[in-house]
Formats: sequence, C-alpha cells, structure tokens
Amino acid sequence: MKKQIIAIAAVAATCFTLGANIAQAEENIQIVGSSTVYPFSSYVAEALGATGKFKTPVVESTGSGGGMKLFCAGTSMDTPDFTNASRRMKAKEFAKCQKNGVKDITEMVVGYDGIAIAQSKKAPSISLSRKDLMLAVAAEVPSKDGSHLVKNNYHFWNEINPKLPHRAIRVYGPPTSSGTRDAFEDMILKHLTKHMDVYTKLYKADKKKNKAYKKYHKIRQDGVYIPSGENDNLIVQKLARDTSALGIFGYSYLEENSDSISPAIIDGVIPTPETISGHTYPLSRSLYFYIKKSHIGKVPGMMEYANLFMSDQMIGEDGECTDIGLIPLPKEELAHYRANLKSLKNLTAADFAKKH
Amino acid sequence: MSLSPQLKRRYRADKRFKFYGLTAIVFALCFLIFFFVDIIGKAVPAFEQAYIQVPVSYNQSVIHNYNRAIPKEYRRLVSKSFLRTLGQKLEAHPELMNTTQEEWALANHRVDQFLKGHEGHGLKKKYRKTVEQMYQDGKIEFRFNTNFFTRGDSKMAENAGVLAAAMGSIMVLLITIAVSVPIGVMTAIYLEEFAPDNRFTQAIEVNINNLAAIPSILYGLLGLAIFINVMGVPRSSALAGGLTLALMTLPVIIISTRAALRSVPQSIRDAAFGLGASSLQVVIHHVLPLAFPGILTGSIIGLAQAMGETAPLLIVGMMAYIPDAPGSIFDAATVLPAQVYTWSSESIRAFEERTAAGILVLLTVLLSLNALAVYLRKKFEVRW
Repeated sequence: MKKQIIAIAAVAATCFTLGANIAQAEENIQIVGSSTVYPFSSYVAEALGATGKFKTPVVESTGSGGGMKLFCAGTSMDTPDFTNASRRMKAKEFAKCQKNGVKDITEMVVGYDGIAIAQSKKAPSISLSRKDLMLAVAAEVPSKDGSHLVKNNYHFWNEINPKLPHRAIRVYGPPTSSGTRDAFEDMILKHLTKHMDVYTKLYKADKKKNKAYKKYHKIRQDGVYIPSGENDNLIVQKLARDTSALGIFGYSYLEENSDSISPAIIDGVIPTPETISGHTYPLSRSLYFYIKKSHIGKVPGMMEYANLFMSDQMIGEDGECTDIGLIPLPKEELAHYRANLKSLKNLTAADFAKKH
Repeated sequence: MSLSPQLKRRYRADKRFKFYGLTAIVFALCFLIFFFVDIIGKAVPAFEQAYIQVPVSYNQSVIHNYNRAIPKEYRRLVSKSFLRTLGQKLEAHPELMNTTQEEWALANHRVDQFLKGHEGHGLKKKYRKTVEQMYQDGKIEFRFNTNFFTRGDSKMAENAGVLAAAMGSIMVLLITIAVSVPIGVMTAIYLEEFAPDNRFTQAIEVNINNLAAIPSILYGLLGLAIFINVMGVPRSSALAGGLTLALMTLPVIIISTRAALRSVPQSIRDAAFGLGASSLQVVIHHVLPLAFPGILTGSIIGLAQAMGETAPLLIVGMMAYIPDAPGSIFDAATVLPAQVYTWSSESIRAFEERTAAGILVLLTVLLSLNALAVYLRKKFEVRW
C-alpha cells in the first residue's frame, strides 16, 4: 500500500514541478473567430512559429459571432489578441467592445471567400437566380398575387419558377452561429427583401412590432432548409449521398471537393476565383481580422503576425494562402489595408455609418 | 414421451429469447467490424508518405524568399514545410552557400494523394505527368511517415502529426489523475467507512450518483466558470482541461471505489477491530489493500473515459490550432480527440486519412489503458 501512496505522491509532484515552469511560460498570441478564416489564420500562425522567433499563436475556431464576443469581453491578457470574421464587425459589436474598454481596434481585410451553392456532381446542372433561392428558403414569401405574405409552401423548384426542373427543394446550410449563414442571409435574403414592398410595407405600418420586415431574413424551419453544423465537410458528404439536395458553404470546400460536388450557377455566373474577386459572382464576401491594439507590445509577435498575414508571400496574387482557397484582394485594396496596418488606424463609429 | 403444449410453448419462448440475444450480439459485432475495417482501411495509407528528390540551390535569394531555392517546375510538388527550413539550414551550414544539392524533400500532400490514387487529390493537370515520370524514375518514393509521430499539428497535411496532441493528452491525464484519484478515493473511504448514515450523507450519495450521469458539456461550462473566470487559469491550458476532466471523473471514481470497499467482507473489519485495531488501521491495513484492484479498475475506466472526452474541452478552449507540444501545464495544449475532430473538419483530402490514423492512435491508447485495468484487476484480485 505504501508503494501505491508513494506512486500517487510522485505523480502529484510531477504535476507541480511542471507547474513551477509558469515563470518560463511566455504569452501566446491568442486568435479566435470565424471558421472560414481559420485555415488561413492558422496557416500564417504556423509560418510565424516556423521562424523560431515566436511561439506559434493559438487559433481557435469559434465562429465570427463567438469570436467577437470573446474579443470584446475586455482588455485583460487572457482575452484574445485577434479575432477573425467572415463578415464585418457589426455596429452593435463595436459598441460592446467600446463599453468593455476595447477602444482601439484596427480592421484588416485579407481576401475574399465566395459562398458556393453546390450539389452532387451526379445531379444535372442547375441555374438559379438569387430570387429563386430567396423564395426557396425564406420563412414567409409573397402570395401568388403578391399582395401579402404567406407561409413558405414551396417544395419543388418548378413551383417557384416554371423554368426550373421538378426537383424537391432541400438545402443543407450552416447554423445561425456561423458567419457563412450571416453572409448568406445578407446577400440573398436581406439584399432582396429590403427592396420588396410586400415586406417593407409591413414594417412601415408598424415600425416597432414589424421590425423584422425591414430587412426580412428569417429562414424557414419546416425541414426544407437543414442546418448542418459548423463542419462543412459534413455538408459535402451529405450532398454526395443526397443527389437532389443543394448545399451552402465556403468556396474553398468546393475547390477541394471538386471531384464530388459541382457549383450551381447563380444569376448566370459560375463561382471561380476571377468572378469572386471581380465581384461578378453575387455571393462573395470579404474576410476580416481585427487587432486589439492595447495588446501590442505586451504579447510578443503580434505585429509580426499581422505583417506576415498581409504580406505578398501569404495573400498576394500567388501567395501561399491562395493555395488553400483564399481569393486574393485587388492590388489597390491590399495597399490600402497595408497602409492602415502601418499606421494602426483605429476603427471608429463613423466607419459603420457608411456602407462598406 | 410427449410434451405438454405448455412445456412446448415454454421451450419455444426459450429458443426465441436465445435467438434475440444472439441477433443483438451479431448486430453489435457487425457495427464494430464495419467501424474497424473502415477506420483501418482509411488510416493505413497515412503511415506512408511521399518524398521527392529535387535540386536545391542555396544562394543569397533563398534567405529572402525560400521558394527560389527550387526550380519552378518542382516548386509546387515540394512541401512548404521543407522550404521553410532552408533559410535556417543555410545559417547553420554556411559552406552550402552557392551550391546546388540533390536532396530528398517531403512531398506536397497533393503529390502524395495523387500517387496513392485518392479522389480529390487536387494536383493540377500540368503536374501530373511530371509526378508520374518522377515516380517511375525513382525520384519520388514512399517512406514510413515518421512526421506523423514526431510533429504537432500543421496546416500542411504532409507535415501534420499527433505528437503535440499526445503530449497534451498525457499532461491533461496526469493532472486529472493527480486531482481526481486522491479526492475521489478519500471521499469514498469517508462515506463508506466513517460517515454516519443520516439524511445528510444520503443526500450527498444521491447527488454523486446524479453527477455521474450529467452530460459532460456541463462540466466544461462549470470549468470555464470556476477555473478560468474565477481562478484565472489560462484558457486552452492543460491545467484548465485537466481540472475540468477531474471534475467529470470524480463521481465515477467515488462510485466505483465505494463499490470496491463494500465488496470487502465485514468479517475482515470485525476481525481487525477484534484484535484492537483503530478505524484508521482497519482501513489502511486491511480494507484498502483488499479493495485496491476494484479502485484501480474503476479509476482507470473513469480516466479512459476522460481521455476520450472532447465536449468539455471545447468550452475551455482546447479545441484549437495548437501545433506546439506544451512545455508546462500553463501552456496552451490540445488533446488527441480534439485533434481528430479538428482534422475531420479540414477541407484538404490528405487530412481524411490522418483523421483515421489519429483515431487509430487514440483507440490504441484507450485499449491499452483498458487492458492495463484488466491486468491489474487479475493480478491483485483476492477470492474468498
């Protein structure tokens, strides 16, 4: 028995000696945020670690919204130093940051990602307009005569548009916590509904009660749109089996899985790196990261990380991130953000007033 | 001899019951076999990795841009992780300056996947001919994938390994052992041997039994609230993970230890008391040694469960990109199951086989832990 007690004591002692190293433990850079930016962010993190001068930053994939929440929680050293996002910081999130003392934030754009609407390669190709998609997934849609809203009862694509095939509507997509979902709602639903009288007249009639109808973006919950988790591979696998369904995910997954899935044509445009960075493909979005300026100097390597991320080697035309699916920024925009990085330009409330 | 209809019916019911049982086992076995065949089939290719022989020119420009070291036609075939080391190599061996060497380099995962014939390898058409030709000429060869066991996570699939995650797992497990075993065993001994049987101890017992059945994610939330937010343990650290898992393992250890103590015959205690031993002596000298195998198995099974857990660790931030093995318990660390999960959500195909290989490593560790539990039980078992 004594031996066993000694063994347990030995284990405990080992743990405490390990713990005694705390003085040596340096501060890691902590990065949180979007699962779409995560592959690029962690690639740069690895490159920074490989130089041997800094510890490899820890990159956590929490979703854009989750990242903002952690980032804006405060300025203490255990809060993240960077947050990645696949959409812009919202005015509300900025206000929260300010309230919690995270006053100085610099915004960077690293490139683009397209949202691909894809299907199994075995399915015949499909060409949709943004309106077709909106009518397929919105919770409430205009009635046949267009006078009022009714519960979405479309179950086949040809019910929406007679030119489309008689094929059941089934869409696998990201859940509400995901930046891809935000972007999809922005670019498909809000983009159209904010100009459609049948929605906005409800808002105008009662601005408080019908606030949701100003830019209507509710997605139906009757099983036609199937939220499928943050893991985009899962959606790819489901599409391979369910050949009549469509899936919504980041463009890099489409590129990597081009043997099993193919893109749907949206508004007559096929997603390619050119159509996405040229903005002719309607479903493209910018990828961001935000720098907590108050941590610069306290956490070693922060500026080196940011500079490396914005370098040609990573995100230029032929950069290493483009190998793993990032679509590079046009030269002028890249130069603009590099200048901002150099001067560490603060994000201000005025930035949210104008349309980005 | 004729059987009464009633007896026949009973025999038939008997047979049916046996048949149901057998079907259940066959069913379970089928799942298990399917799982193993699938995982092993996917994992085996991961233990081989393509290497490629390329001319490397060491010169001044390599220091600024390592891509220049390799002729353009091979640049995309070589792993970036190899190129990254060139600058440091040149610093360490200045005599290489302005020379060109034929060197074996780690091949890009696309080359690897293409030669393994996997769908979705992503190798561009213009490179395929070159790669096939080089493979025939023996300039590309497959070697045992040592990187998989000696490296941490990497964004370059060909360079990714389980070492950092395995180290993290070990560290987390040690902390879990150090915290949960002493506390759990002491609690159980007190409750079983010393505590009076009253409303209060009964309430504690009910609560412990309940805690054992609570979904593990709740322990993660508890760990986040107590250890990270209140006690200021660094997020993503092995300490945070180990303490959280210790909370989760405690009820299991308490329950199994109590069961083991209860199985020691009362006569042994009575005999020891009869000879004038104190309560402490009875427990330390007689009851504990006899209950030891039971306590050990219970603890090992509880710890094996903790080792395979991911949900609570997600909440305390251990599900992240952490390629460095932790140097202390305050460093950021990840664990094997978390590593498997991270790889499974990668878009690059080469990670698919690494996911399976990671599962295989995890399963091996868990199986050896369980085997150890069985061995210890057999070794220390006492029969009455």
